[in-house]
Amino acid sequence: MVRFFGILIGLFFAGMLIYSFGRGAVEYVTNPPVKAVEYQFHEKPKDVSFASDGPFGKFDNQQLQRGFQVYKEVCAACHGLRLVAFRNLAELGYNEDEVKAIAANWIIETPSVNPDTGEASTRPSVPADKFPKPFANDVAAAAANNNAIPPDLSLITKARNGGAPYVYSLLTGYSDPPSELPEANRPGAGLHYNPYFANLNIAMAPPITGDDQVTYSDGTKATVSQMSQDVSAFLIWTAEPSLVQQKQTGWAVIAFLLIATILAFLSYKTIWADVKAEKKKKDA
Amino acid sequence: MSFPWAQQYKPTTEFGQWMDEKLPIGRLIYNSVGAGYPTPRNLNYMWNFGSLAGVFLVVQIVTGIILAMHYAANAAIAFDSVEHIMRDVNSGWMIRYAHANGASFFFIAIYLHIGRGLYYGSYKAPREMIWLLGVVIYLLAMATAFMGYVLPWGQMSFWGAKVITGLFEAIPLVGKPIQELLLGGFAPDNAALNRFFSLHYLLPFVMAGVIILHIWSLHIPGSNNPTGVNVKGPQDTVPFHPFYTAKDGWFLGLALIFFTGMMFFMPNALGHADNYIPANPLSTPAHIVPEWYFWPWYAILRAFTFDFLFVPAKLLGVLAMFSAILVWFFLPWLDKSPVRSGDYRPRFKKFFWFGLIPCIVILGICGGAPAEEPYVMLSQLASAYYFAHFLIILPLLSRIEKPEPLPNSITEAVTGKPLEQAS
Repeated sequence: MVRFFGILIGLFFAGMLIYSFGRGAVEYVTNPPVKAVEYQFHEKPKDVSFASDGPFGKFDNQQLQRGFQVYKEVCAACHGLRLVAFRNLAELGYNEDEVKAIAANWIIETPSVNPDTGEASTRPSVPADKFPKPFANDVAAAAANNNAIPPDLSLITKARNGGAPYVYSLLTGYSDPPSELPEANRPGAGLHYNPYFANLNIAMAPPITGDDQVTYSDGTKATVSQMSQDVSAFLIWTAEPSLVQQKQTGWAVIAFLLIATILAFLSYKTIWADVKAEKKKKDA
Repeated sequence: MSFPWAQQYKPTTEFGQWMDEKLPIGRLIYNSVGAGYPTPRNLNYMWNFGSLAGVFLVVQIVTGIILAMHYAANAAIAFDSVEHIMRDVNSGWMIRYAHANGASFFFIAIYLHIGRGLYYGSYKAPREMIWLLGVVIYLLAMATAFMGYVLPWGQMSFWGAKVITGLFEAIPLVGKPIQELLLGGFAPDNAALNRFFSLHYLLPFVMAGVIILHIWSLHIPGSNNPTGVNVKGPQDTVPFHPFYTAKDGWFLGLALIFFTGMMFFMPNALGHADNYIPANPLSTPAHIVPEWYFWPWYAILRAFTFDFLFVPAKLLGVLAMFSAILVWFFLPWLDKSPVRSGDYRPRFKKFFWFGLIPCIVILGICGGAPAEEPYVMLSQLASAYYFAHFLIILPLLSRIEKPEPLPNSITEAVTGKPLEQAS
């Protein structure tokens, strides 16, 4: 009985699927799908490497500090870093006084209330504060940016396929639209062509436009590529501050497990030696 | 419930004897995973994944309890509370990445465990109940994993919840009320997040309970083995401890090396970038994809593209997706071949390795891919085979197939000597 109904149900589902396949196949042949324009012109992130890549990778604190400088001077006006606190900057090698100074002098103050009147107000940040948001809310952010909300950058290298190389490619990838790009896909008013962006046209104007836009204190030449790479490295850190610690812990754990597993394997071999010997006699 | 030659539990200490009279928990352990459980001597490494799945369930429960201490199930702050765990809780990143990747490793273990059962006929008499309980565990695991993925309240959490609960909407008449009941509203929001968190905490313990039943029913007939031949005498078995505790033990070490390699060096490889974007009901991600362990079922769901009479394609897809798993409940009665092990079934073996396994792999790939050609056509063919395999091929095969001769005993299969002569 089970098998009888089983076969009926099986025939029904399989039949429906074969029918759907047939209709789909006819459609595919007579009316082949065209690749979307976005798909044709979209480019994969550039091949760029970072000091923190690979199982032994470590953050280059000099680079992170340069990247932080780029963030502060170029990005911070529009993009927040709401999940990162000023105190976290100590991990980049800044000392306590420097962190305090950075917090106190940050371009935006931390929202607060007037202690006397209770009215909404702002105050200088302290290291315990998270980076204040550049806009009071999404409506304000959209109104100030041609209706596009600049995303918070705390997690950006984890929240985009391609990670930090994607961020780097986006920053350095602005170009004039290719001549063969259809009219409908050309950037409209307030949009900018960038083949690394999902729909090719991004609202953000090219943020890093020329060499020496930022003056590095460590003497590194601030080329467009250098600045883009530094800020991307910085954003790897903001997204995963414990990245290096993770890898170091990982090696210790794996070393322990390797030893434990080898010992466990040897005891397994010893325990099974007699039983296996019987089998060997057969194979011999 | 064991073989007559099983070793007997003899408490050696006075305390042990005292306990054995009052609460014989030592005896229970001895008889279930100790020396008192005679186990076939010829189990291969495919028999390691049951205990491995159990270990990963424990990893999930332990890490999950710790995460729940720091997580806040509120739509306004859930996302940030997860980032709080990642950034401010001591070793919080380790706990969260262990939990996120532990789910994947749990599914790897149970898929291989299920596959072992399918190939070696572990679902056949007298082990039907073990199999049925196993399917129940799998269904609970799917529900738990799905709700767990909603908790971080990222984009894929939100839209995954919306799509999956939206499936119930396809059911005529009662669909919409069922969906609203599941979500506690018209769309995923705080009510849904809270009930998912509550159930995500509850269901693993229900699973643990069903696992106890699963193991209990296993100990009635004892373990199956690669020959599928019944245990006939003491020569066919070895005591579970130390033989299989040692084998499971070193294999667990190996599995943990892969697991920790994943969680410390590529913790987000199995996740989605979109889930690091806070949930936004106004912005739909380009591709809404469930976690990898749901991909084959997701492909079956999307394979139905045409309405059948008055039945809409979406409802057909939902019915097919649930049927694809529910068919496992009937498997012991669909496949009536008296031979358990696929090793001795020449045709079954071909259908298994060249039919079912590639079909599941293709379904997996298609389920993770965007819903466009050629993936839709591929998943239609693969889904058709999937249903044909379980519902048509297996029932007919057991009638026409001529199995190869079975060994007289496990001992004979291993040593080449008949059971009686083996030392």
